[in-house]
Amino acid sequence: MESTAHAFKENVGHALADPNLQDSLAKLKVGFSERRRQAAERLPEFEALRDRARDIKNHTLAHLDFYLEEFERKVIALGGHVHWAPTAADARHIIAELCRSVGARTVAKSKSMVAEEIALNDYLEAMGIAPIETDLGEYIIQLRHEPPSHIIAPAVHLTKDQVADTFLEHHGKLGFSKRLTERNDLVAEARYVLRQKFLDADVGLTGANFLVAETGSSMLVTNEGNADLSNTLPRMHIVLASIEKVIPTLEDAAVLLRVLARSATGQESSAYTTLNTGPKRPGDLDGPEQYHVVLLDNGRSSVLGTEMQDILRCIRCGACMNHCPVYGAVGGHAYGWVYPGPMGAVLTPQLVGVEEASNLPNASTFCGRCESVCPVRIPLPKLMRHWREREFEKHLTPRAWRQGMALWGFLARRPALYRGLTAVANRMLALFGRAEGRYRALPLAGGWTRFRDFPAPQPGGTFHAQWAKKRRA
Amino acid sequence: MNNARSQILGGIRRALHRGEVSGAARQAVEGRLASPPLGPAVARARLGQADKIALFCQWAETNNATVARVAPAEVPGEVTAYLARNNLPANVAMAPSPLLDGYDWTSQRMLSIRRGRGQGSDQVSITGAFAGIAETGTLVTASGPDHPVTLNLLPDTHVVVLREADIVGGYEEVWARLRERYGKDRMPRTVNTITGPSRTGDIEQTIELGAHGPRRMHILVVHE
Repeated sequence: MESTAHAFKENVGHALADPNLQDSLAKLKVGFSERRRQAAERLPEFEALRDRARDIKNHTLAHLDFYLEEFERKVIALGGHVHWAPTAADARHIIAELCRSVGARTVAKSKSMVAEEIALNDYLEAMGIAPIETDLGEYIIQLRHEPPSHIIAPAVHLTKDQVADTFLEHHGKLGFSKRLTERNDLVAEARYVLRQKFLDADVGLTGANFLVAETGSSMLVTNEGNADLSNTLPRMHIVLASIEKVIPTLEDAAVLLRVLARSATGQESSAYTTLNTGPKRPGDLDGPEQYHVVLLDNGRSSVLGTEMQDILRCIRCGACMNHCPVYGAVGGHAYGWVYPGPMGAVLTPQLVGVEEASNLPNASTFCGRCESVCPVRIPLPKLMRHWREREFEKHLTPRAWRQGMALWGFLARRPALYRGLTAVANRMLALFGRAEGRYRALPLAGGWTRFRDFPAPQPGGTFHAQWAKKRRA
Repeated sequence: MNNARSQILGGIRRALHRGEVSGAARQAVEGRLASPPLGPAVARARLGQADKIALFCQWAETNNATVARVAPAEVPGEVTAYLARNNLPANVAMAPSPLLDGYDWTSQRMLSIRRGRGQGSDQVSITGAFAGIAETGTLVTASGPDHPVTLNLLPDTHVVVLREADIVGGYEEVWARLRERYGKDRMPRTVNTITGPSRTGDIEQTIELGAHGPRRMHILVVHE
């Protein structure tokens, strides 16, 4: 998709003024985070598992080439194929050629953020191949021509009524002319419509949560069963996965699975966790005749060995966005590209460039909730700070802001001067604000006072002064 | 494409400031693959067999499956009774598994059984299971001539016959059994681990059952 990350501030304005979005976000804030907390409390070993999950990913990243080669060897040994795609364009091309090789007209797609990243659907459509999103949330937003707003709940920005309107508009021609009001009826109608599409599809395309080097298996975690229909009914199964999805062994998968679902939805386990290894075997009564894995780099290898490497541990659970006050206020679309929330604020500048996405790492209060819930302990605020530094180094920040920072830096390096000036400012603000106790407008602070009042300081001096006094007492 | 491969692998090695993993480092990672280290032990996966079975049943029910604990001779009758209780048709698609041949289905005269893979119009399927995981109430199935994957997914109702002896504590025991049965490097085409009926929370984060897979899952836990 075309990035609008540069327009983050305008996007936020629209998001805050959208009542449907705000209704949906209000539910998100209590739902996921409360369920995650309960799931974590039910498993006494949860924190130890998070430590191990982090260590497993770090170990894998340090030997990424080895495990990718090992994975490839195992896939080939069991009759599958591995394709290496350095760029998004390479991956699109490989997948289109595979589809063409079997004369595919439709592709049953299971939710894949990497497919969003490479804008696969538009490419396939332009070639006359129809991609059909089969995850319910992805299906809804495909009908509405919208991008996902959350990495595990792509339609979380929509209300039930919006879904009902969308189905009425698109399913009418299939003979469904009644506007539905109940959630279970909406789910049943989508199930009915998509069932036939599954049976007709020539190719099934899925992502992968993990690639297991030991066995050459792709591992998929879902709740609906759509990924499993995608990898079983069509005659070709294509797995699209980025290179950092590889893990060494099934034992490592067990550790990661124990933290993944709990962090994501607060479930003990997702409904379906599936290992696919190669194509249909002799004697099998179902399954695809061809099994292909497309390994996408798209800039990830260049993150290895840098201060940003930790983001490659991400297992895409969505906990960071579920717990982020900024995501909770503006939703996923405001971030302007595929990956929203804190992990997106770190990954997007890497993938689309810091020039385009410099707003995102700034859209954080650094409250630290994302890091505190991350199942693989990615220090997200620290990584966002690295991007802010790079942004500053590249002179991408506005001039007034840079001048302000330079002034602050000048003062911060001269403590005596800093204390003197702040003491004067503090006294003035306290004095002139005495009557009302707050300011409706302040010079140089328009950005603040446009939306809220600035409290007048209480008597007693600056924090520094009060601290010093307290220590003397 | 070989070019693309070396481009990615070369890029990784350059970024990590080294060549191919070799020498002692290679031995270490090869050793790690050959005998995988276990993760932190999870206490609830390490129970005696009777407690494992009870925990499996408890989690399966929490995950919206229903459970019946039966003797082998009771299996066909429980299936028929379950279908009747839920007003479900007595036409079933059954996995061509020798394990299921061991039950006397002819005793259920109303039951019409088709053996084979699942079809889009199937209402009810009956399959065995490779294992049950007590830790989360999860069923494990392994694809093969005796267990088509479509039976797990296409029907509205999935009836599963699970032997008590196949209930294990945690995932690691399933991996060990898979390696033992199929060989360390020869996983079956598909291993499904299934925790309750299909579900979605994609409309207003409220769980609805039966998104694409079965709406109902009934597990017969058989003590032999």
